[in-house]
Amino acid sequence: MDFSFLAQEEFLLALVDGLLITCKLFLASWICGFAIALVMANLRDVRFAVVRFVVSAYLEYHRNVPTVVQMLVWYFAMPELLPDSIRLWVNRGNTEFLFAWVALSLNVSAYFAEDIRSGVRAIPATQFEAARAIGLSALGGIIYVILPQAVRLTIPTLLNRTLILFKDTSLAMAIGVAELTYQVRNIENITFRAFEAYFIATVAYLTISLLIMFAGAWFSRRFTVAYR
Amino acid sequence: MFEFIQKYGLFYLLGGWPETELGGFAGTLVLAGVGVGVSFPLAIVIGFARTSKNPAFFIPASVWVYMLRGIPLLMILFWAYFLIPELTGRAMTPFATAMAAIIIYESAFMAEIVRAGILGLPKGQTEAARSIGLGYWQAMRYVVLPQALVNMIPSFVNQFVSTVKATSIVYIIGVSELTFVAQQVNAIEVTNPVRTFIVLAFFYFIPCWGLSVLSRKIERDIGARRKAANAPGKEIRI
Repeated sequence: MDFSFLAQEEFLLALVDGLLITCKLFLASWICGFAIALVMANLRDVRFAVVRFVVSAYLEYHRNVPTVVQMLVWYFAMPELLPDSIRLWVNRGNTEFLFAWVALSLNVSAYFAEDIRSGVRAIPATQFEAARAIGLSALGGIIYVILPQAVRLTIPTLLNRTLILFKDTSLAMAIGVAELTYQVRNIENITFRAFEAYFIATVAYLTISLLIMFAGAWFSRRFTVAYR
Repeated sequence: MFEFIQKYGLFYLLGGWPETELGGFAGTLVLAGVGVGVSFPLAIVIGFARTSKNPAFFIPASVWVYMLRGIPLLMILFWAYFLIPELTGRAMTPFATAMAAIIIYESAFMAEIVRAGILGLPKGQTEAARSIGLGYWQAMRYVVLPQALVNMIPSFVNQFVSTVKATSIVYIIGVSELTFVAQQVNAIEVTNPVRTFIVLAFFYFIPCWGLSVLSRKIERDIGARRKAANAPGKEIRI
């Protein structure tokens, strides 16, 4: 193994830069995805059939089309549909990152929404009724009785999906986002040090992934669900 | 739209076949089908090792699973692309490289399904099997696995769907599967990428959605059957 190429500033900087963009894309998509998911999870059961249909079409599209394809659709197809003024505005910025971010946020939101919804639905309605009966307000019942139980059920699945989101950021190289995988590929093309370049990226991915996995394992052990 | 389908429909379905190797939607299905099919026996071995109390089996299996779950498929693909010719001394086609990467990757995920299936069975099943005199392997072979495998069917269907979706990235090393074909169509057509990529999305959506619905139905059926089997007051026939 020969890591001497790291002594060259440009390669080291490229790697650090790639890792930072990977983390940025991951965190930005997680936050947006979670926010959208909260809305979607609540809209899934509204009274209007049209809204329900649109929401479930949204969820099914994002769950049944590959993430890469969703990115390609955003990157190649969506700009065509935007009005000229917005398109010019979008093209001035970092187009690749923007569309990767949008695609990943929407993609993960569909999974999060289902996880949150099934977590809340797993709590029997009698729990809420009991909370009301002992004198808690509706809001108090949700905050003190329903949410603590639902969160315990939901967090392991959310963490699992978070791990997949983290790995999916690597797909952004398909539309030219200069994240870690992209930079590593680039370095490999220039230096021909494939083994070393892939090794560094693998270690970086594995470290963060393992942190997420162990957080999930710790949480499951610490907060075992008392009943099912 | 009709013209577009007429012109490129077959290209989307089969790629350049028969002039070049089978690709397009068929290529995607072959990649996913063989990937899941070959990793299944591997997954059973690894899954059993993951439930073993013997560290000689448990530790290597766990390292394998955690490592592969922690690395993006894209990285594994690059490793396969670089390492396989290095180790075997022979060049491999992009299709074979992608196939190898997918089998390795899926073996970890399928193994976790197998493990969950084995651990999901009530402990009484193994204990009962052992107490009527079956050895460990006999108990697994005749009592645990047959029940666990049935319970795993919905998860396997879901995993197949995930695999179909995961194969879409292998166009990066030049495998002419569905996404690759769509990019070629996009390069030929130049105009109207919306149509090209919407058709691509539909090609993935239809089978994946259909199979997801099927898997939910199987899951409900299995649940209902189990409930009926365990219902109180059901007469015990000897």
